[in-house]
Amino acid sequence: MSELSVAAAPPVKSFSFIVRLLRHAAVPILSVLTAVLIGAVIIALAGYDPVMAYVGLLDGAFGNTAGLTRTLVKMTPLVFSGLSVAFAFKGGLFNIGAQGQLVMGSVLSAWVGFAVAVDLGDPVLSTIVHVSLALLAGALGGLLWGAIPGILKAYTGAHEVITTIMFNYIATNFISWLLYAGSPAEGIPPGPFNDGNGVIARTPTIMPTAQLPVIYDPPGPQFLHLGLFLALITAILVGVLVSKLKFGFELRMVGLNPTAARYSGISVKRITIMTMVIAGALAGLAGAMQTLGVNYRYEPNQSLGLGFTAITVALLGGGDPLGVVLSAFLFGVMDAGSTRMQFNSGVPSEIIVVIQALILMFVAAEQMIRSLYRIKAEGDTGQRLSTGWGQR
Amino acid sequence: MAGNNMRNGDVVLEIRGITKHFPGVLANDNVNLTLKKGEILALLGENGAGKSTLMNIVYGLYRADSGQVLLRNQEAHFASPREAIHSGIGMVHQHFQLIPVMSVAENVVLGEEVTSGAFLDRKEAVRHVRELSEQYKLRVDPDAIIEELPVGTQQRVEIIKALYRHAEILILDEPTAVLTPQEVDELFKIMRDLADRGVSIIFITHKLKEVLTIAHRIVVMRDGQVVGEATPAESTPESLAAMMVGREVLLRVQRGPAHPQDTVLDVIGLSALDDRHHHAVRDVSFSVRSGEVLGVAGVQGNGQTELVEVLTGLRHATAGRVIIHGEDLTNTSPRSVTSSGTGHVPEDRRRFGMVDNYTVAENLVLNSYYDLPFSVPPTARTLPVVMAGYIGIFLAFFAVLASIWGALWSSALWSLTLGLFGIQDVESASREAMNGPNMVELIVMLVMVLVIGYLAHRFTMWVLRRLQKAAGKPLRFGKKDRGLVLDHRQIDQHAVGLVEQFDIRTPDVDTHAGSLSGGNQQKMVVAREFGRKPRLLVAAQPTRGIDVGSIEFIHQQIIAQRDAGAAVLLVSAELDEIVALSDRIVVMYKGEIVATVDADKVTREQLGLLMAGASAEDVLGVRAA
Repeated sequence: MSELSVAAAPPVKSFSFIVRLLRHAAVPILSVLTAVLIGAVIIALAGYDPVMAYVGLLDGAFGNTAGLTRTLVKMTPLVFSGLSVAFAFKGGLFNIGAQGQLVMGSVLSAWVGFAVAVDLGDPVLSTIVHVSLALLAGALGGLLWGAIPGILKAYTGAHEVITTIMFNYIATNFISWLLYAGSPAEGIPPGPFNDGNGVIARTPTIMPTAQLPVIYDPPGPQFLHLGLFLALITAILVGVLVSKLKFGFELRMVGLNPTAARYSGISVKRITIMTMVIAGALAGLAGAMQTLGVNYRYEPNQSLGLGFTAITVALLGGGDPLGVVLSAFLFGVMDAGSTRMQFNSGVPSEIIVVIQALILMFVAAEQMIRSLYRIKAEGDTGQRLSTGWGQR
Repeated sequence: MAGNNMRNGDVVLEIRGITKHFPGVLANDNVNLTLKKGEILALLGENGAGKSTLMNIVYGLYRADSGQVLLRNQEAHFASPREAIHSGIGMVHQHFQLIPVMSVAENVVLGEEVTSGAFLDRKEAVRHVRELSEQYKLRVDPDAIIEELPVGTQQRVEIIKALYRHAEILILDEPTAVLTPQEVDELFKIMRDLADRGVSIIFITHKLKEVLTIAHRIVVMRDGQVVGEATPAESTPESLAAMMVGREVLLRVQRGPAHPQDTVLDVIGLSALDDRHHHAVRDVSFSVRSGEVLGVAGVQGNGQTELVEVLTGLRHATAGRVIIHGEDLTNTSPRSVTSSGTGHVPEDRRRFGMVDNYTVAENLVLNSYYDLPFSVPPTARTLPVVMAGYIGIFLAFFAVLASIWGALWSSALWSLTLGLFGIQDVESASREAMNGPNMVELIVMLVMVLVIGYLAHRFTMWVLRRLQKAAGKPLRFGKKDRGLVLDHRQIDQHAVGLVEQFDIRTPDVDTHAGSLSGGNQQKMVVAREFGRKPRLLVAAQPTRGIDVGSIEFIHQQIIAQRDAGAAVLLVSAELDEIVALSDRIVVMYKGEIVATVDADKVTREQLGLLMAGASAEDVLGVRAA
């Protein structure tokens, strides 16, 4: 019986935190590793050298300061949009609409960038004010696009998955109209936000005062803008909001058990709307990062799929701000290194998309990873991703 | 009786020395058990006594640390329920494993389908189910859709499912917890019938009366061990309860006479609709005085649920008024009802009363978290001032550190430090040309911002606390201006006190509430609601589905609240509970109050008749005559 009584001893408390953390991170880490391994098999089957491909990938992402900068720049909007989706998860909502909110934020921040002139005499002061305004506009654009599905959910029960998907289409087409290049030959005028070049759908360039300050400019075309700092600070603020503030307590309660939230006196409608408002604003900021920090204008291909990658980032990050930052970094690495990988090894860079899809599959259906590596489920501590169809 | 002869016969299942550990818990400790053919064996014990663990080992869901399971004298090792099923063991879980949208027949054959080619042979499945249902007198329509069936019938489908897989041993886990009294009677008839046909049944429960009614033999478990065995003939509820709990249990609460004072709750002509917009509460009027318990008796589904929801602000009244302490609180919010000094123990604990994934501490402030002492300043209206101070402190910190950093920067010390890491310092001139700092500086900068931000935060909070102490009161404008930040230390302290006072068995206050036993979850809810010293207490089904020990405790607490001067409205479907605790009783039938009586002037039989819809004149008039 002696060995039994040892087993029955309660676990030491200080360890349990680390154990919990490891258990939380085990599935995401193993998902990534498995996806990378399967990716290697696919590369090998296609007749390339997987080792060379992955070395090329890492070289492109970390090999020199330019590569690292590229990684950090790619990561920045993913932190914002990943936080958007993760935040909505905490409130029990599945925000598929990060893409639509992101492009709305992007376009609105571009508009403040090119149409509003800020000249306060001092260039530094002008930049601070103009950038702040443009960022606010970006947040506002996403906020509005997130708030409408939130209001629909709160007052009519329309499921946010459906409405946000639909709102993605509306945003895409609305922006197509805003940016429409027109057809001078046929006498069709360009859209209201087009820069009048007659061929390409894009806005005019934003003014220098609206550009996010460059904080690091290594040799090469890449440069790092202030957005990375803003992203990291935002991640901390979101973490504090969710776990330390009263609002976070209410938000998580609505996400975990809406009826208990009602019992406790919380207005579930208000929290639902606020969740989508904040999630939308975060996604809008992700779009603003691209416009104000990288492209200096809005062109439709700049935000291609960012809002959808955000879902993978949020899932991989376990809905936790720190996890989101780490997984955004990982996706930044993959995006930044893929060109070099193709250049070095000849593997088409699209393989990265395959690996990303595999990661999504593994984290979304974590049962596969659990049974593969025999990790026990954590019982009831899991975060519920959505309240399901037609509930609430 | 043929059945009796069989019961004296073969041992079909024997459990020898089963031991099972879970981290921190010894769930089964050297358990021995035998089951004979055609026997109904009741496995009696409190929640957490190890009954379900033991049965899950037999069923192949868990693996025992040591010990044997002998099936028909052969040692059996089941790696999964599938193997157990194939060896003739069937289990009906407390939560049914049925697919709501599929038909009875489809559910029964699921996993063991009769096929013709690649397709399910629906006709054959229906025929099978019909056969079984006739053979064992388990009335059920094979073509009915599961979700349209009442709970009792769904349970019958589960039993048919087991029989279809040729179960000779049937394990029923708390089968009566979800049933109405009539459904329980039917289940017992079915169980007797099955036993007479040679099926052996293990019946897991904690309800004493049921055990005495149905079992042939009773095995009592406590703390993972078998503590006794008995037959119904030689047992009384008291003797079984004592065995279960390990001490004498008061099955009837001791209470003195009530001393009612002034009216606390006044309900006048209240009406409300249910979720399907049917009239659930019709013109209900009553009042509860401080220092008395008013029991609301009635068969489940006669409007009690809706009545409680209207009283506590969760449902809109279509007519009438709810007055608490002279304040009209009709159709306000749950929060204004709670803050008027009302405690509410909700009927459905898991849905309304608690959040499984919140800790015990968080659950204990579930409806009081929003104000002091749990939510602390800065408040919404003081936030701008605090933020301004915050930014000021941040900038001051930053300026000081930056000047130190600047001094370092130009010094040889800085180059030396960088040199240690093999990094060449970039001359300031080339740095200008590069349009910004280098990577190392960047990281240093980020870390600095974060560290200073954190320090500024701690400093601001410290200043705030000092100011508050100096002022002697919270820094806010009026009572409605509430804090925005949760004080987790305060929440934990509050929880530790309540856990002690209400004897909630939990490893610590940071444990997820969902992992507690049902009885302890309910004690947690009760602790939260009673701990606030409410002036009005609304307790709906306060002891549903929990163990004897916890029931005794909660009953005592309700009487203690009454004696402390609270007005108690007790809603319960258990007539015993109503009779044991109430000073006055109202009976609800089809949404109306059909009678209001003093508890000591009415018999159980009369109450039963009133609950079944007999008119008050008939029932109470008979007594008068």
